[in-house]
Amino acid sequence: MSLLEITDLHIALPEGSQRPYAVEAANLHLAPNEILCVVGESGSGKSLTARAVMGLLPKPHVKVAKGAVNFQGEDLAAAPDARMRDIRGSEISMIFQEPMTALNPVMTIGKQIDEVFRFHAAMLGRERRDRALKLLDDVHLPDPTQIMSAYPHELSGGQRQRAMIAMALALDPKVLIADEPTTALDVTTQAQILKLIKEMQKAHDTGVLFITHDFGVVADIADRVAVMQHGRVVEEGPTAKILSSPEHPYTQSLMAAVPSLTPRPARPRSEDKVLEVKNLDKVYRSGGALFGLGKPAREVHAAEDVTLDLRRGETLGIVGESGSGKSTVARCIVRLHDADAGEIILDGADLRPLGRAALRPYRSKIQMVFQDPYASLNPRTRVGKIIALGPIIQGMSQQEAEDKARELLEIVGLDARAFDRFPHEFSGGQRQRIGVARALALEPQVLVADEPVSALDVSIQDQILKLLDEIREAMNLSMIFITHDLRVAAQVCDRLAVMRYGRVVEEGATATVFASPTHEYTKALLDAVPGKSWTPGSDTFAAQ
Amino acid sequence: MVGFWTRFRRNRSAVLGLLILAFVILIAATAQIIFPEDPFRLAGQAMAPPGESGFLLGSDSLGRDVAAGMAHGAKTSLLIGLLATIVAVTVGVLMGALAGYYGGWIDDLLMRTTEMFQTIPSFIFAILLVAIMKPSIESIVIAIAVVSWPAVARLVRGEFLSLKNREFVQACHTLGMSDIRIMLGEILPNCLSPIIVIGSLMVATAILIESGLAFLGLGDPNIMSWGFQIGAGRTLLRSAWWVCTFPGIAILITVLAINLVGEGLNDALNPRLRERT
Amino acid sequence: MGHFAKRARYVIKRLLQAVPIVFAIIVVNFFLLQLAEGDAVDVLAGEAGSATPEYMAELREKFGLDKPLIVQLGLYLKNVAMFDLGYSFRHEMPVLELVLDRFFATMLLMVSTILLAVGFGVLLGLLAATGLNTWRDTAISIFALITYATPLFWVGLMLIVVFSLNLGWFPTSGMENIAMFYEGWDRVFDIARHLVLPTITLSLFYLALYTRLMRASMLEQAGQDYVTTARAKGLTERRIMFVHVLRNALLPVVTMAGVQVGALIGGSVIVESVFAWPGLGMLAFEALFSRDLNLLLGIFLLSALLVVAVNLIVDIIYSVLDPRIEVA
Repeated sequence: MSLLEITDLHIALPEGSQRPYAVEAANLHLAPNEILCVVGESGSGKSLTARAVMGLLPKPHVKVAKGAVNFQGEDLAAAPDARMRDIRGSEISMIFQEPMTALNPVMTIGKQIDEVFRFHAAMLGRERRDRALKLLDDVHLPDPTQIMSAYPHELSGGQRQRAMIAMALALDPKVLIADEPTTALDVTTQAQILKLIKEMQKAHDTGVLFITHDFGVVADIADRVAVMQHGRVVEEGPTAKILSSPEHPYTQSLMAAVPSLTPRPARPRSEDKVLEVKNLDKVYRSGGALFGLGKPAREVHAAEDVTLDLRRGETLGIVGESGSGKSTVARCIVRLHDADAGEIILDGADLRPLGRAALRPYRSKIQMVFQDPYASLNPRTRVGKIIALGPIIQGMSQQEAEDKARELLEIVGLDARAFDRFPHEFSGGQRQRIGVARALALEPQVLVADEPVSALDVSIQDQILKLLDEIREAMNLSMIFITHDLRVAAQVCDRLAVMRYGRVVEEGATATVFASPTHEYTKALLDAVPGKSWTPGSDTFAAQ
Repeated sequence: MVGFWTRFRRNRSAVLGLLILAFVILIAATAQIIFPEDPFRLAGQAMAPPGESGFLLGSDSLGRDVAAGMAHGAKTSLLIGLLATIVAVTVGVLMGALAGYYGGWIDDLLMRTTEMFQTIPSFIFAILLVAIMKPSIESIVIAIAVVSWPAVARLVRGEFLSLKNREFVQACHTLGMSDIRIMLGEILPNCLSPIIVIGSLMVATAILIESGLAFLGLGDPNIMSWGFQIGAGRTLLRSAWWVCTFPGIAILITVLAINLVGEGLNDALNPRLRERT
Repeated sequence: MGHFAKRARYVIKRLLQAVPIVFAIIVVNFFLLQLAEGDAVDVLAGEAGSATPEYMAELREKFGLDKPLIVQLGLYLKNVAMFDLGYSFRHEMPVLELVLDRFFATMLLMVSTILLAVGFGVLLGLLAATGLNTWRDTAISIFALITYATPLFWVGLMLIVVFSLNLGWFPTSGMENIAMFYEGWDRVFDIARHLVLPTITLSLFYLALYTRLMRASMLEQAGQDYVTTARAKGLTERRIMFVHVLRNALLPVVTMAGVQVGALIGGSVIVESVFAWPGLGMLAFEALFSRDLNLLLGIFLLSALLVVAVNLIVDIIYSVLDPRIEVA
């Protein structure tokens, strides 16, 4: 028997949108005590489907045009507002991607949980408080009494998501809708939250509708999977079946794009050291203004005694969670930040103490690819100029630089006509290609890529990784690749440096680090990778 | 540019504001032609009500033509509003850009300065400056600019502060681009929209400050202005309401029109829909 | 550490932070004085009618005006620190006495204006935002748009024409009817009646400002994620608006209220001179006409101090409203 049954759901977009329906003829059903994962890339309509169930579509432009959401014999798509309010929070509840913004910043956690009881159940204050404390304890938050009176900003990301889960489960709802609840979290925290959701689901016999873009998460948590593409459910079935033998070509391509956790075969290591980083130190200081009256001074040791070396033609991965200092190291190497101590030796010269002018000739030898394809290109500059700028600054003639830019556009897989367009006319993946072309324009020896694919959908990610690999091969580039994603690291990097709290805790050949990690933290990281027990069936990327 | 105009046109009140503003500018530009005589000239019977003795909007206690004064006053208001804004925006952009981009002591200095300006009652400060420098167009423009630039500086500083950490600006650093070029070529074009909007709203504020100064008798004594007309007519409230009323309406309508245009610019230039920039 | 002790420390910290600003204002004041043509001796000599150059030089020495600028600045700072703001030769009184004498009237006008402007601004903004795109919203927005563009002095004059001259509801000027020798509650009532028009005049512009700000702030907050969460909890729209959105939306309004105090005092010069309200602004207007710079600078300094004080109060209110502010 189905607990929730979505039939022929159409969600209409406002007039003038790219397509008339965000969700078209979607059919889904959820049984009690089951986790259904809805997987899809951005724009697939998975989130809107979830919101339609809750009656929380962005008013008044987006609405259910056709179809029914049947919940225990009642059509929620046609239910009046008052009835929906009764259901929300008590029988169906929801958790969100960003627990920081999803909680009211000026209200204590206790009060926000208390509201659920106050609006749905006749309970005395004392009883409500006891229930809330018990909930916080159930989701394994330390010191529930203190959490009750804490404000959201006083908790960590993981704690906030736990508090959200406690709030959602306050009244034992029959259905829990989780909209990418772990996407904003670090991998180890994500693993804990996934475990918690599973535990809670078991304990309360809840039906969970879990929205995600990550097949690893699916492998870890789902009982059944539905794959969405362009607003349609293209395939649906038990997890084991979908993961081992997907039928729909889209599902197949999606899963093929997921990088395998089995590291690619190592390549012979060159003797030639291109870049050496020795004992790099960087401390961020904040606060402590005039007369010491400002905020108390804070020191964050973002990089501490970091030593790395990069050989010709090799890709060195720096992996770690947020705040580990991996980006800081990258930025110190390309001299966007000034390190406090240490050496950055490129071509026999130490870059660290060089001033702007002295640094300029070295700039062309080391280039960077950035994370955010939207923020990394000047929205007011034409693509051709963005690429040609570097060579022009380094003294190339205008004409030559423009010819070069056109050539590069083709190399990175874009039409040369892109030259006269503005960045906003391109998709995220295309912009990332432009960013790569800009970095290549100076013919660098070293390319530093700071999370170059983490903002992209998995199929685009696959394409960009392939592009980087081809270019590295063709131009004999050496690469420093910053990532938080161990799957990506396994497929891209020859060697790995694992960072935590500003220190490199482990370094070695990728295969070795994966097979026999020595540091506890590396083990924990590897352990937390979602879907680690699952290997994507056909791995086109590893075949490279 | 075409896209800008279509977006601007969608805001009907902004178009209305633009039309009113165009009318005021037309009057100001042709004041010399419509009322070729000196507006301080005694043109006829004193305290004539509107429509009588050949005065469209009446005359004041000395027999000066209110309508003529208003036409010439339009020139003064617009001129001072525009000049003061240009000075304030120039100084503000310069200071804000340097502070936001370089941070450090320049930034500390600017922030303390703007904090001080936020604390000083700016209108009293303007009064003091004009009183000390002796009232004239220059001193009024300087005084208004002095009290107005910190707002621009704060805005520009904030924009520079956030834009300088954008990845596209960092990419320019890795290309070896010079600071000047990054500031002028990369960052500034991306914060022009808010500068244009605050500038347009500042013209309105400047006109209000100017009229207030003139009302208190701190206008340039040789130039007719709306504030002066109202200040001179306030003793006649009981007997000749029109002397105060019409110039006041002129200020109200002009300032309103500029505010409407400013809001229209804001909607057209800073649409929140604009993706992630 | 107790919450109270934390807050006390915060207040002390903010007080200390105000010190450099006050110091800077005094220095600015000093240089403005230097900018002005002629010094106190010239004024005094002018007052006396005749003075020999020798006598003037002697006076300059006595006042320390022959010393280098930096020494004079030190002297000035010392004087200000001892609450000596100089002497007004027009009124033949120390500036401080004159200024303190008018202080109460201005405070009264300011407090009533802030209460009216913020109170009604928040209310109107709330009404407009909750009835988005209805006639209520349109009417409030048009009202705010117009009052935002109206010069203060003109509003004052028009109010006088309508409510004093034509309708005779309120007096045209002054703070109380001295000729009646009212006592006790009668006097309070009399002052209140005099207060109505100046308060409305001064508050209109800020009322418009806070209305617009509150409306925009409510709309912005209504689009935040936590509002979706609140809906997902099944709360009523009413509860979401008044409990969740309102408190967050108030924050920028409170900040703005603090920022605007300086401008408000500036506006009081105009309003007080229109209504002959015997406060600092009126005094400034008089000083302006008699070219009494010492007095003008004294008023300037005192009003700046007043702003610092009000800002401190606003900051403390803000720290209560927003838990994210570090009180410690």
